[in-house]
Amino acid sequence: MSTSSGLVFDIRHFSVHDGPGLRVTVFLKGCPLSCAWCHNPESQSFETETYMRIHRLDDKEFEFVEHIGNRMSVNEVIQEVEKDISIFDESKGGVTFSGGEPLSQPEFLRDLLKACKAKEIHTAVDTSGFASQLVMESIIPLTDLFLFDIKHISEDEHKKYTGVSNSSIFKNLDLIAKSNKKVIIRIPLIQNITDTGENLKLLREVIRKYPSIERVDILPFHNIAKIKYERFGKNYTLGNAEKYDDQKAEQIKNYFNEVVSIVSIGG
Amino acid sequence: MNNRINKLREQSLQAINTFSPERALLVTEFYKSGEAEKHSIPVQRALAFRHIMVNKKICINDGELIVGERGPAPKATSTYPEVSLHTLPDLAIINSRPKVSFKVDAATRKIYEDTVIPFWKGRTQRDRIFENLSPEWKQAYEAGIFTEFQEQRAPGHTVASKKIFQKGMLDYKEDIKQAIGKLDFKNDPRAIERREELKAMDIAADTIILFAKRYADELERLALYEKNLVRREELIEMEKICRKVPAQAPSTFHEILQHYWFIHLGVITELNPWDSFNPGRLDQHLFPFYKREIDLGILTQERATEILQSFWVKFNNHPSPPKMGVTAEESNTYTDFSLINLGGVKEDGSDAVNELTYLLLDVIEEMRLLQPSSMVQISKKNPDRFVKRAVRIAKTGFGQPSFFNTDAIIQQLLSQGKALVDARNGGASGCVETGAFGTEAYILTGYFNLNKILELTLNNGIDPITGKQIGLTTGNPDSFKSFDELYGAFEKQLNYFIDIKIEGNNIIEKLWATYMPVPLLSLITEDCIANGKDYNAGGARYNTSYIQGVGLGSITDNLTAIRRQVYEDKKINMKELLKALHSNFEGYDQLRHDMVYETPKWGNNDDYADRHAVMVFNSFYNAVNGRPTSRGGVFRINMLPTTSHVYFGSKIGAMPDGRLAKEPLSEGISPVQGADRRGPTGVIQSAAKIDHIKTGGTLLNQKFSPSFFKDEESLDRLVWYIRSYFKLDGHHIQFNVVDAETLRDAQKHPEKYQDLIVRVAGYSDYFNDLGEALQNEIIKRTEHESV
Repeated sequence: MSTSSGLVFDIRHFSVHDGPGLRVTVFLKGCPLSCAWCHNPESQSFETETYMRIHRLDDKEFEFVEHIGNRMSVNEVIQEVEKDISIFDESKGGVTFSGGEPLSQPEFLRDLLKACKAKEIHTAVDTSGFASQLVMESIIPLTDLFLFDIKHISEDEHKKYTGVSNSSIFKNLDLIAKSNKKVIIRIPLIQNITDTGENLKLLREVIRKYPSIERVDILPFHNIAKIKYERFGKNYTLGNAEKYDDQKAEQIKNYFNEVVSIVSIGG
Repeated sequence: MNNRINKLREQSLQAINTFSPERALLVTEFYKSGEAEKHSIPVQRALAFRHIMVNKKICINDGELIVGERGPAPKATSTYPEVSLHTLPDLAIINSRPKVSFKVDAATRKIYEDTVIPFWKGRTQRDRIFENLSPEWKQAYEAGIFTEFQEQRAPGHTVASKKIFQKGMLDYKEDIKQAIGKLDFKNDPRAIERREELKAMDIAADTIILFAKRYADELERLALYEKNLVRREELIEMEKICRKVPAQAPSTFHEILQHYWFIHLGVITELNPWDSFNPGRLDQHLFPFYKREIDLGILTQERATEILQSFWVKFNNHPSPPKMGVTAEESNTYTDFSLINLGGVKEDGSDAVNELTYLLLDVIEEMRLLQPSSMVQISKKNPDRFVKRAVRIAKTGFGQPSFFNTDAIIQQLLSQGKALVDARNGGASGCVETGAFGTEAYILTGYFNLNKILELTLNNGIDPITGKQIGLTTGNPDSFKSFDELYGAFEKQLNYFIDIKIEGNNIIEKLWATYMPVPLLSLITEDCIANGKDYNAGGARYNTSYIQGVGLGSITDNLTAIRRQVYEDKKINMKELLKALHSNFEGYDQLRHDMVYETPKWGNNDDYADRHAVMVFNSFYNAVNGRPTSRGGVFRINMLPTTSHVYFGSKIGAMPDGRLAKEPLSEGISPVQGADRRGPTGVIQSAAKIDHIKTGGTLLNQKFSPSFFKDEESLDRLVWYIRSYFKLDGHHIQFNVVDAETLRDAQKHPEKYQDLIVRVAGYSDYFNDLGEALQNEIIKRTEHESV
């Protein structure tokens, strides 16, 4: 097994929204994007971060230091994942690599995926698709399922709200879709940013192009991350935005249902 | 549910729990009459039972399809002064206590004062028991090291076998006659004892027939006066049924339920056994009758449902008899623990789920009653659809049904030496107790406070609450060089107190065998007739006595904290730790914080902590398992608390895991409140590290918020989750779907709810990690969702 290592900021067991069955989700730290609506601000930096946090016990408060980001070897991660093998077997679950952007630690991710394959563990990669084609090509054969985020069809808008160009993203989607690997598309619904009629229409066109896309998850904006931004002292441009309207989300769900059989709200 | 059932259900829910002097008065009357002295003890008991059943009030509630009440009215609850006598101050407490009260009226008080108390004072079974126990036993009992199940209630935990659904009392009488015929008075010195026991069983069989006849007569009378023609027909039909069962074997769906109910009433009137009585594998017993009548077109699903619902109401009409003192604290509930078993496997090992199983689940969901309690047995052979249907009910948040692993239960029973068929006909009763239904007397004898043993070890045998030396002097813990030395001392104390408990059990069991035979329960428990021996004396095919370990999560975390902080990281020395504990962590906030937040805990699949659970479990098992009982059976362990974890907690000071003095301990084998942070899978993986197959049952509670169950897929997830645990030989799991009130408490005390996961929006998160506004939103949502 490889000796590569990477930066991990969380390993969550009993993960139920990141692919089939009961899963373990491994969150790799660091992301080249900086989406305005990002729910995991602590996942963005490629460095370990340190914060003062508070533990409460009855009425007393205790400060403690929280380190976000832990350098782990492939073996260490796999050992933690393997604890749930019997649960994967029972539920047809597996491991999901998420982030951050897992493809931004390509060697580590590749080694993790290889190790999982060797142990017959189902693998999913939850990605923004922002990576070089070379990296993507090396990941595809090792991955059973992609959870692929698409946000905006317009290059300018994409840059404006995520900080990066979308061109490699759509190229990579094309690569995956043509490889016949399973893909679930995920679309964040952000009021007046990603939910414009034009954007949704064009995203739907893209989805329609690929029959291998079986399912779309639409993720309506929720102001859940506000507390995290405060906790980590980060600036949240959408801090005052409202929770996305349920009815509108329902309409958009139906809109995508016209081209894909399974659309779910929230994934 | 139709109007009639709705009315009966409401009547049962609204009925006030009252203390009925009827049985006490009748049993006193019998013993005062001079009749008792003419007979052997078993026959005395049978005649006392007959006197009660022949003279007690008959109660038929309007519209019901199954008849028979133990008391004169629903929830009018009998007492058993020959077992344990309520004093006048007891009556005052029972009447007015805030929880689990029973109204006692002036007339009742007078009956007690004038008749019941003067006759029974100083001559109850409880008096005999306490006269015979050693001072060490009493000291340990008072210190809260263990409880004693048989000090106010009779031995029980017994479930109906298949046989009682196939036989009438006349058949049993024939068996008794043959057994008497076979007695060998020349060569068997116990033949006379056997004859007396068999005579008593014969009287008990006649008594139940007489009791049913009284109901038949009353039904006949009511039918004469009934104006509604439909009801009149019904009453005539019910009269016919009561003239037939339980004298003869039942042959219809309606008959079988009435048949069982008369026997149930007999068992819970004869004495007050723990866990009342229990129809056991109800879907299995009823199915052949149901199927035949449905196929013939003489029974409809609607009618079957209605009869079952009427049957359900009967259980709810019968709260557990009024308890006092420690017994009330360890089992602080009206529930009398009839636990209906559904699913599992048939005698031949095949999948036992049938269409009636699903119908019964519908009944459970619709009735939503505290009693009877219900569970599903899940074997690897049962379909997921069955598990899913049960999860659908559990998610509505009333705690039923609970989930049991049939394959583990069978392994447990087989490893105890039971025959394969008896094991497959078994299940769980009470809370989670494994038993071979109808063939085994498996008696719980008392809860055992594992954490108190550690507290005594840490104090060299002195109870810090009272300052009394009650344990062994195993050494000043300050002098222990290693964790192993400490653990060695803990084991010595554990063995010492288990010896005291077992010595007491042997005395108590002998007293029950001698003075309180139960001829009715005996005649329906397999092999008692053939052995000519009472249920309470070891007459059953299998005889087991259990000691129930309590607080596994707490003891694990306590030992882990000591190993980590004292012996490994050396953050604090033992002397200082003891000072912190004696001062209830006052002035030791940082230490307490480290113990709570920075020490590994049980329930996270972390071997560092979990190995201590395995150590304690094995020590407890080795101290108890396989030792002989005075009934000719063996002692075994199981791990469940009812409400004793609260009582035991109230007897213990602050502990190394950061728990403050008098706070509750962990329950069953569940983690300490909020200590599991690695999600629900971590909990079952930890829990599965102890060997469930060596027990007679373990109890695991898992909390979920109602929002977790929002989508259809959540049902599949729970099915996987349950199956995963059961694949690891887990015995039982139940789901606690948290309500808004709990969430509010979680806002106030986040440290107790570190494990609480709620579904937020498209994903789940720890409740503690959410901002206050969102927490409030979820609370509101939860209120909305809760049914």
